[in-house]
Amino acid sequence: MLADMIESIAKILFIFGMNIGFFAPVLGWVERKQSAVMQDRIGANRADIFGFTVIGLFHSIADAIKVLTKEDFIPTGANKFFHTAAPFISLVPAIVTFCVIPFGGRYTLFGHDVNLVISDLDVGLLFIFAFSSLATYGAVLGGWSSNNNWSLIGGLRASAQMLSYEVAMGLTIIGVLMVYGSLKLTEIGVMQENFFRWGIFMQPLGFVLFLTCAIAENKRAPFDVPEAESEIVAGYFTEYSGMKFVMFWMGEFLEIVTISGIVTTLFFGAWHLPFITDQMLLSFFQFAGSNGASILAMLVNIATFFIKVIFFIWMQMTIRWTLPRFRYDQVMKLCWKMILPLSLINIFITGLVFLR
Amino acid sequence: MGVEIQRAGVSPDSLKNLTDSEDSGHLLEGSVILTKLESIVNWSRKYSFFLYPFVTACCGMEFMSVAGPKYDLDRFGAALPRFSPRQADLLMVVGTISHKQAPILVKVYNQMTEPKWVFAFGVCAVSGGFYDNYATVQGIDTLIPVDVYVPGCPPRPEMVIDGLLKLQEKVAKEKWSDWPKGASPVSKC
Repeated sequence: MLADMIESIAKILFIFGMNIGFFAPVLGWVERKQSAVMQDRIGANRADIFGFTVIGLFHSIADAIKVLTKEDFIPTGANKFFHTAAPFISLVPAIVTFCVIPFGGRYTLFGHDVNLVISDLDVGLLFIFAFSSLATYGAVLGGWSSNNNWSLIGGLRASAQMLSYEVAMGLTIIGVLMVYGSLKLTEIGVMQENFFRWGIFMQPLGFVLFLTCAIAENKRAPFDVPEAESEIVAGYFTEYSGMKFVMFWMGEFLEIVTISGIVTTLFFGAWHLPFITDQMLLSFFQFAGSNGASILAMLVNIATFFIKVIFFIWMQMTIRWTLPRFRYDQVMKLCWKMILPLSLINIFITGLVFLR
Repeated sequence: MGVEIQRAGVSPDSLKNLTDSEDSGHLLEGSVILTKLESIVNWSRKYSFFLYPFVTACCGMEFMSVAGPKYDLDRFGAALPRFSPRQADLLMVVGTISHKQAPILVKVYNQMTEPKWVFAFGVCAVSGGFYDNYATVQGIDTLIPVDVYVPGCPPRPEMVIDGLLKLQEKVAKEKWSDWPKGASPVSKC
């Protein structure tokens, strides 16, 4: 009982610390630096603490302290409750969805069964969809409660875009479900122990469609029509200042991490290295005793998982700084006329192959 | 008609007046913890300007050049343009402000959330420049408080960067007591 509690608290602290403490500030820096590298600039490098600049990493800290000390503004005529609640509603789902994503296998440690996922739900994938669709309310409520026309337009665009892509995203995933026959993310992970059973080989089309839908769901460029600066000032968070505005942003960054986690779990072998099973890892680390072997194998699992996640974060950042923004009707056309039929075809072909 | 003479020295009444007055912030100077906090906050503010480019004229080209890859304002942390005044810290007034434009500028300034700074970019924004006529505002400091003046027609990118560094120095020296309290100093236009 106590061991269970310690285990869950340790896992929660690890994921929470990884997301809020590591990914949220570092992604702000990565976005700045990667855009600078891609645009042949130097990028932020002046903020120093005692003369150390750490290639501009302290700019994230400077931004954080500045937005915390900035005036908190609620426009006249705004709905105070929803205006304050909206950033939280859009930030929380991004953090919560990570709790069903496995970041390692199942090991025995000191006679205790350790499963490296915060909550091993049977309906893990449905849970992710349920919570990621809650993020829509953050954008819509933020736009509606601000009492501002630009915000309202941004909120409406966000709602239409996110709902449309949710439909398409649900259909792209069905192919994966048919292949692995489970909604449980740990089971999907275990089944990808064999390198040739990785999702990318079973569902190549499904992967491309899912990643597209996920980026669109996250409202980042090239799908950032809800906050299109050139058209509607700043979209649904036009009237937000200081920390609340940055919370929308943090939600966006954390959603990048979550998307990368889901993509890794479903299509890129979760925590597995190619051609190496967990059993092989355990026998390789046998020199450290059975507990030591488990710990080392766990560390290898976690490192593998997060390296894959970081790769997909890098990929999404590259996409964001490469492509220009779609026009709004193009976004809708891409969803309903291209991705949706393609995902239906994907389901059909998958069905034919697995019909036997 | 009598003249009230305040006696020097500390009495309970004078102390109360001192703490109730608007300058009570001055009492906090010299406190070590507060100055440390002040310097940390100022450090973060000077390296994290979110710009609001209020671009009205030809200086805009020069602004693009200084924000672009060659001169790169991002090095100083002043890269992110926010087109919503609520999220911006630094109002870059780039170009000529005509009298028709003036109410818009004041409105944008009033919409910005504290703390906020103003950067007069180019001689037209600084003093009206050679537009010494009925149509042009003779310097935006007749409308809103200005922190840095960068003259030039247009100013060279090096001058703009120098102005930004001067502004950073100014921000670093700000005192808690200087921070604005209450309503905006600029009324509706």
